[in-house]
Amino acid sequence: MTEHVRYVLALADDVLVASQRLGGWIARAPELEEDVALANIGLDLLGQARSLLTHAGALEGEGRDEDALAYFRDERDFLNVHLVERSHGDFAATMARLLLLSTYLHELWTALLTSTDDTLAAVAAKAVKEVDYHADHARMWVLRLGDGTEESHRRMQAGLEAEWPYAEELFDGSYVDAALLETGVAVDPSTLRERWAGRVVAVVEEATLTVPTSRPAVTGGRRGIHTEEMGYLLAEMQHLARSHPGASW
Amino acid sequence: MYGNDFGVPARDGRDTPGPTGGTGTTPAPPDEPPGFQELIDTDARIEPRDAMPEAYRNTLVRQIAQHAHSEIIGMQPEGNWISRAPSLRRKAILMAKVQDEAGHGLYLYAAAETLGVDRADLLDALHAGRQKYSSIFNYPTLTWADVGAIGWLVDGAAIANQVPLCRCSYGPYARAMIRVCKEESFHQRQGFEALHTLSHGTEAQKAMAQDAVNRWWWPSLMMFGPSDADSTHSEQSMRWGIKRFSNDELRQRFVDMTVPQADALGLTLPDPDLCWNDERGHYDFGEIDFAELFEVIRGNGPCNKQRLDHRVRAHEEGAWVREAAVAYARKKQERAGSTTGAVA
Ligand SMILES: [Fe+2]
Ligand SMILES: [Fe+2]
Repeated sequence: MTEHVRYVLALADDVLVASQRLGGWIARAPELEEDVALANIGLDLLGQARSLLTHAGALEGEGRDEDALAYFRDERDFLNVHLVERSHGDFAATMARLLLLSTYLHELWTALLTSTDDTLAAVAAKAVKEVDYHADHARMWVLRLGDGTEESHRRMQAGLEAEWPYAEELFDGSYVDAALLETGVAVDPSTLRERWAGRVVAVVEEATLTVPTSRPAVTGGRRGIHTEEMGYLLAEMQHLARSHPGASW
Repeated sequence: MYGNDFGVPARDGRDTPGPTGGTGTTPAPPDEPPGFQELIDTDARIEPRDAMPEAYRNTLVRQIAQHAHSEIIGMQPEGNWISRAPSLRRKAILMAKVQDEAGHGLYLYAAAETLGVDRADLLDALHAGRQKYSSIFNYPTLTWADVGAIGWLVDGAAIANQVPLCRCSYGPYARAMIRVCKEESFHQRQGFEALHTLSHGTEAQKAMAQDAVNRWWWPSLMMFGPSDADSTHSEQSMRWGIKRFSNDELRQRFVDMTVPQADALGLTLPDPDLCWNDERGHYDFGEIDFAELFEVIRGNGPCNKQRLDHRVRAHEEGAWVREAAVAYARKKQERAGSTTGAVA
């Protein structure tokens, strides 16, 4: 597998797994409007994942389509960050994660608008508008919850504390091959951190919350080393497809 | 209508009348504004600010609320398969469908609110068991094929019930139904297509599809309610242009539409008495076990408790979020107020 394929897969797995987790909120959101919004965000991320997986399969050239890559890869071959794979806490933690993730995705897709990989640039052009809306949606909830009631403030701070240590992995560029950076295919995620932090901190402060000072969590997702929860996520997502190898749906 | 707008017969076989009264001839209510019935008879629409009899308003509130509740409870059985959908394309279709159902709930609660009720109160009534939702959603989705069967049969039956409601005498309900019906027919085609793929797939997939149709066929026929002879509410609702066709007429229409589709799928409908009747120009079908329907409506279906518990839990777990949103909006308003005050 080339470094180019691995890079696209890492981008794909982040949004695929994030979408899988968000799907769990549908039919249990705090209000009906939020069921609609979370389904919408999950669908956008799933759409991005499908384009990226299809692209990765084409680059690889071994006949694997989006479903072969989503359903028939084992855990070690998934390259997503830990942030997206952990099960959701309460609604506040979910919105904290969405704020951290979608703000990062917005910076990422903005940078990839000029990727020399035309397909990546095309995915970026569509995705950048989607994640802008996601980040705005998360921002509105972080403000409402942070600056709402005493209970919501406490929960929002706790949610932020729970998710924050996992954000750092998004900016670890060590998995990106130097040649991909030189040719302008990829972006070095560490270059996105400053703008990301500026935006996130502004929201946190406007929401009367405190920026966590906790140490980054131990990572490994980009090398295929995941949390214990990842196995369950994949078992659920993949079991039906794997029970009927060769079937089409 | 998702189908439960009828009373449950009491144990001795008599009907328990619904809030608008029982069966039989229905005289105009004493508070009916002059010209009201004429308006309806000329197919004009009643709008929120028009005068209307209380019983008309109550009937609509009950029916629209029950319809809205059905949309949102209906998210659960299909939502059950989002995490396990066997391809990413199917996952996207299913997520979009469940999202549509939430949207249908929103339009319908908004339509009910034009009659002077609050969504929050209607949800409380659902949670307390004072208002119902369609019994069909008290059946479990046991395999992936159930997602296809629900789209094909349940959305199909919903369409048969709901297309006439696009001409309902109450304007906001009729307009909501036009939007809803467009999306339901999309769901029905997607369900058919999902089942078609299964029934033309491997042996195991085909068996899965047949098993789902076996389990969903009769409950789908029950969605139209009891036979006309046993149906409460019907006559007054017909006179008011809320209901246009009888339960049996709509059920027959659904059967006639569905049998050729089952043939196209290569699947069997689980009814040995199902056959074309040349004389009637319709399909004959076997006797429906309405005792089962009434048991499910009484709360004794396979998933009644699970569906309602899930709904109540989601609502209760979200209470602090809704409270925070209200508190934040109030703070913002106060701040805006004080700024304006300072400028003035
Ligand atoms: Fe619907
Ligand atoms: Fe539907």
